[in-house]
Amino acid sequence: MQWLWDQPLSWMNAAWFTLGALCVLGIVIFFVTYAIYFERKIIGWMQFRKGPNRVGPFGLLQTVADVAKLLLKEDTIPAKADKALFIMAPALAFIPSFAALAIIPYGMNLQFADVNVGFLYYVALSGVTTIAIVTAGWASNNKYALLGGMRSAAQMISYEVPLVISVVGVAMMTGSLNLREIVLAQEGYFWNWNFLPQIIGFVVFLVSALAELNRTPFDLPEAESELVAGYHTEYSGFRFAFFMLAEYVYLYAIACLTTILFLGGWNPPLPQLAFIPGIVWFILKFLAVVFFVFWVRATFPRLRVDQLMGLAWKALLPLAMLNIFITAAGIHWFGWGG
Amino acid sequence: MSHIYVNSYVIVAVFLVLGILFPIAVLFVGRLLRPDNPTPAKAVTYESGNVPTVDSRVRFNIRYYQYALMFVVFDVEIAFLYPWAVAYRKLGLFALAEMVIFIGLLLVGLIYAWRKKVLQWNSI
Repeated sequence: MQWLWDQPLSWMNAAWFTLGALCVLGIVIFFVTYAIYFERKIIGWMQFRKGPNRVGPFGLLQTVADVAKLLLKEDTIPAKADKALFIMAPALAFIPSFAALAIIPYGMNLQFADVNVGFLYYVALSGVTTIAIVTAGWASNNKYALLGGMRSAAQMISYEVPLVISVVGVAMMTGSLNLREIVLAQEGYFWNWNFLPQIIGFVVFLVSALAELNRTPFDLPEAESELVAGYHTEYSGFRFAFFMLAEYVYLYAIACLTTILFLGGWNPPLPQLAFIPGIVWFILKFLAVVFFVFWVRATFPRLRVDQLMGLAWKALLPLAMLNIFITAAGIHWFGWGG
Repeated sequence: MSHIYVNSYVIVAVFLVLGILFPIAVLFVGRLLRPDNPTPAKAVTYESGNVPTVDSRVRFNIRYYQYALMFVVFDVEIAFLYPWAVAYRKLGLFALAEMVIFIGLLLVGLIYAWRKKVLQWNSI
């Protein structure tokens, strides 16, 4: 979209933007479909199972079949539910997750919106999903849903604090929040990427991101053994699918952000490898992060709820703050980040 | 004059509108495809097979509220941290000292909450 940035706005350009956004929607839905397939497949392999292998070659159409099934399911709304909020909640969960993708730069010449607030834009939008989850839990008028929704809200706001503070270090290194400039500041060899000087921030970011995504080991809001399905207990059919979709779109967004903020974005690990296009490096790093998330799910047991909140406030938050001062000292006395 | 600023926010708006239209469109298509055969039994609130008792909107544990309060405090701190972080290179050591004081004050609050066992999660 770069070639349109400097042109005055016209209907033609707006049509291009819409076309681009539609492409992103298509890519994201393709990603979600195969992320779910590979999640099941990879966890299957890690547990000496085969994973889905019946529908289509190697089970590749399994998720497509699942989505078709959800689309054909009857939509039940409990009589006691708050109908308007119940219908609104899944859409409210999905909208910010998709809108957050507008700012992500995939390559030097492959970016949609170039917003200077960059990372803060993502934080602002992802906060809205918390409201959607509380709404879903409340509107269902179901005990499991309400408990799950409240837990989820408490967890998501608690982990949002270390998540956001851990990125302050990156903002200090770059002197900007613009995601594009953050990537440009990490040019050169792989030790110039932010994950080494920001190692504390990187680890805090990854752990809190897992919790923000409500993924194992932090998937307490939907802990089957105690809460049935958490906030989406009462949802069926495609309304349920939208919660799942929102969750995986956030996985996409977080994997992109981890790549951009800490792993050098589209920069190759060695400048000598620059003949391979940047988008290939971006996709490789992105897939590595996604694989890591699946790997964690296959490896770690679920935390107990009393351990969960303690980790955010007693461990991650002080560490994230420590990281700010280490970065400040590093910039001042050791000349980090150019 | 560069148009990048306006264009960027138009793109953001396009994404937002598309994000709103997509659920509406899909749920509309779903309505055409899915069966609709409601019975009173289907509309009963799920409670692991039991007939649900009392309303589920009960009085809630105060702890969630305490976490929300903590979140508000630290979220405002974040709003102050980011402009400082972006401008840090131009501000120098004096800004660092100021930030040490600011975060120090908030840390006192955190330690107070810690000592008062706000961060302790007992049951539920």
